[in-house]
Amino acid sequence: MAIAHEAAANAPSAGEYVVHHLTQLNTTGHAQASIVDFSVINLDTVFFSVAMGALGIFLMLRIARRATSGVPGRAQAALEILIEMVANQANSIIHSKESRRFVAPLALTVFVWVFLMNSMDFLPVDLLPWFWQWLTGNPHAFLRVVPTADLNGTLGMSISVLLLCIWYNIKIKGLGGWMHELFTAPFGNHPLLYLPNFLMQMIEFLAKTVSHGMRLFGNMYAGELLFMLIALMGAAYGTSLGLTGPVLWIGHVVAGTAWAIFHILIVLLQAFIFMMLALVYIGQAHESH
Amino acid sequence: MEHVLGFVALACGLIIGLGAIGACIGIGLMGGKYIEAASRQPELMNELQTKMFLLAGLIDAAFLIGVGIAMMFAFANPFILK
Repeated sequence: MAIAHEAAANAPSAGEYVVHHLTQLNTTGHAQASIVDFSVINLDTVFFSVAMGALGIFLMLRIARRATSGVPGRAQAALEILIEMVANQANSIIHSKESRRFVAPLALTVFVWVFLMNSMDFLPVDLLPWFWQWLTGNPHAFLRVVPTADLNGTLGMSISVLLLCIWYNIKIKGLGGWMHELFTAPFGNHPLLYLPNFLMQMIEFLAKTVSHGMRLFGNMYAGELLFMLIALMGAAYGTSLGLTGPVLWIGHVVAGTAWAIFHILIVLLQAFIFMMLALVYIGQAHESH
Repeated sequence: MEHVLGFVALACGLIIGLGAIGACIGIGLMGGKYIEAASRQPELMNELQTKMFLLAGLIDAAFLIGVGIAMMFAFANPFILK
């Protein structure tokens, strides 16, 4: 445990341990000072999201290259189940075959990518940060390994979905048609209603995008934080008196197992929800009022 | 962390507690409807179960966003006066 290593020096308190683990590896070298700062880039989020994307592509490519039209092997069967599930969802939500040619693979990408990024949460909390600290020789280096536990990661994806919605709105309804809809739906076509309609549409786009991104962020951030707190429970072994330490250590193994098993459901569910909502929002761009 | 204001601690508790009330009541209502529907039409059980899990994730969304924010206040509080 990190705390045992630093026992010779001043051991970090529980709060310091958690704050250290919540700090991103960014271009400034320390925690972000203000809530919104566009000059700061979270390098760990960028690295792990690209790495997970590459991993997903590599795995699926490998299975697809060995695909046979005879009796499929296990990997091919699993991939076929996945693709069939995504294709069914896309077929039932997007009613335009031409859009589906792009949107269905997009849904598959989103699902696999978000699932892999979420799965980074299953690695032990200290594992990759320790390795990074060893690699850089800096015992206080920051690293956060779950890209979807970073608001930038999830909001980036949901803003991309928003941009796609706008693109499909313009492509299917035409710029004039979409402008007309912005000012006449949902309340009706009357000059007095133009402003309420427009405000309602803007609020709808904003709420959908923000909730899309923050739902995934909230789930993954809370999950990661709980793993850190469970790790703190285990770290009490070295610093507590008497029987408290070993009991807490056993408790942390039990709690960690239970939470990790539950987290498997959450990881899959959140990836599925993110994909479904992306499909639903893009599908809504195809509907006209 | 030792200088967290008492009001922030109360705020974290309220965010999580009040959010949990809404989320739990929502899941309870939806789960009840699902079980009722499954008993009326057992052949739809599997299809409805997929939709139920999707809805569970949506219902939990605002609560978990609140939990994320409350945890942030607890550990990386941006409002602490230095």
